[in-house]
Amino acid sequence: MKLKNWKEVTPGAVITEAGSSAKFKTGSWRSSKPVWIEENCIQCLFCWIYCPDMAVKVKDGKRAEFDYDYCKGCGICALECPGKKGNKAIIMVEEEK
Amino acid sequence: MAKIVAVTGNEAVANALKQVNPDVCAAYPITPQTEMMQRFSSFVSDGKVKTEIILVESEHSSMSACVGASAAGGRVITATSSQGLALMYEILYIASGTRLPIVMPVVNRALSAPLNIHSDHSDSMGARDTGWIQLWSENAQEAYDNTIQAFRIAEHMDIRLPIMINLDGFIISHSIERLEYLDDDQVQSFVGEFKTLNPLLDLDRPVSYGPLILPDYYMEFRKAQDDVESKVSGVVLDVAKDFEKLSGRTYGLFETYRLDDAEIALIILNSAAGTSKDVVDEFRDKGIKAGLLKPRLYRPFPYKEVGEALKHLKAVCVLDRADAFGGSFGPVYMDIATSLYPYKEKPVLINKIFGLGGRDYLPEHAELVLNELVGLTKTGTVKSYKEYIGVRE
Repeated sequence: MKLKNWKEVTPGAVITEAGSSAKFKTGSWRSSKPVWIEENCIQCLFCWIYCPDMAVKVKDGKRAEFDYDYCKGCGICALECPGKKGNKAIIMVEEEK
Repeated sequence: MAKIVAVTGNEAVANALKQVNPDVCAAYPITPQTEMMQRFSSFVSDGKVKTEIILVESEHSSMSACVGASAAGGRVITATSSQGLALMYEILYIASGTRLPIVMPVVNRALSAPLNIHSDHSDSMGARDTGWIQLWSENAQEAYDNTIQAFRIAEHMDIRLPIMINLDGFIISHSIERLEYLDDDQVQSFVGEFKTLNPLLDLDRPVSYGPLILPDYYMEFRKAQDDVESKVSGVVLDVAKDFEKLSGRTYGLFETYRLDDAEIALIILNSAAGTSKDVVDEFRDKGIKAGLLKPRLYRPFPYKEVGEALKHLKAVCVLDRADAFGGSFGPVYMDIATSLYPYKEKPVLINKIFGLGGRDYLPEHAELVLNELVGLTKTGTVKSYKEYIGVRE
């Protein structure tokens, strides 16, 4: 995206475009990333409810892959995940690995 | 309302605000501003204005409420003094950086410590770099006139900056003077209907206020704000021209008094300028070419115009009713020195600090300074560039 010059910015830094925060991809803030293990998933969708962003995607009522463009790696989904028979369906992995 | 009346400065400004009839007022009482907002809240209670008044628990809150109401799309006022202005400090920058045209009379009072309720300019001088426009007023009439003009300046679509109107505590705020009011409908048509810019309450066009701006954009917003500063003096002059048609009273960026052919001059803000003009007249009667310059638009400071007005003089004294602690000079002195710096030929420039915490400024003080300037034109030897006057040694 081409950065605006000082004559092009809005007075007082007011944002006049609704929903423009979607353009600000915050996934690079992440130091550890959640990994979804489908065979342990019971489709409770707790991860979708608890995600403070919108980084857990749901398709046709079913859990889909993470949206890593916005996931900041907070780990709430992994903490809340009940898993199946004691095995978590979401685990946190260090980003560099 | 009688056209010519005897009123205090506070009453005059409260009436200006009544005639404008703003949408929102969020204020907290503080001496010597209290009477102004007490009168204004009576207007609200008596149904004389349609203003929504917000009672807050501090000045930090009053300015915060003003920021919210202004962003929402209202014409917003408050007023304060001294410690109140100091407590607003954080939010003053938010109001200007967000480009909100809030109008705020400031009844100038000394800052604590030591605690003092009387007039000097340290409160508004401390806010001189906050991005607010500052108009200064010699008397109640100027405070009334400046308040009305302030709305047009702040709300101008090329400007959209908050503005403070300064008047001296007690000396002006509580003294009764002769004053000419404009008619309510004259004021209403002069200020016009409030025009919004990106109002927060426009649900058809949603906007966000106060975003985080990181290093990739912060400087662009600051440069844009600096550019707006350069447009203020033009708007101030245009508004003054319209105001003159309405009132017959003339305003500029600053007032010059017997300055054109002067050799020595005083530079002084607000009420003390009146006393000084009388003494300038006495010196003129003695055949001494004395003059005076009284800044009106102090922020943004019209450096170029002030420099042009002063460059021909031989010796000038800037009288500051505030010190800018830092081992240098009073705030007005530093601005005048900057104005004159580009000129090869320029007057000798000295600084006197006077009238702090309400200490009387008397004609004999002006005489003393003018006599020193006369001496300077002869000898050119400066005894001291900065000195306190009216202080016990």
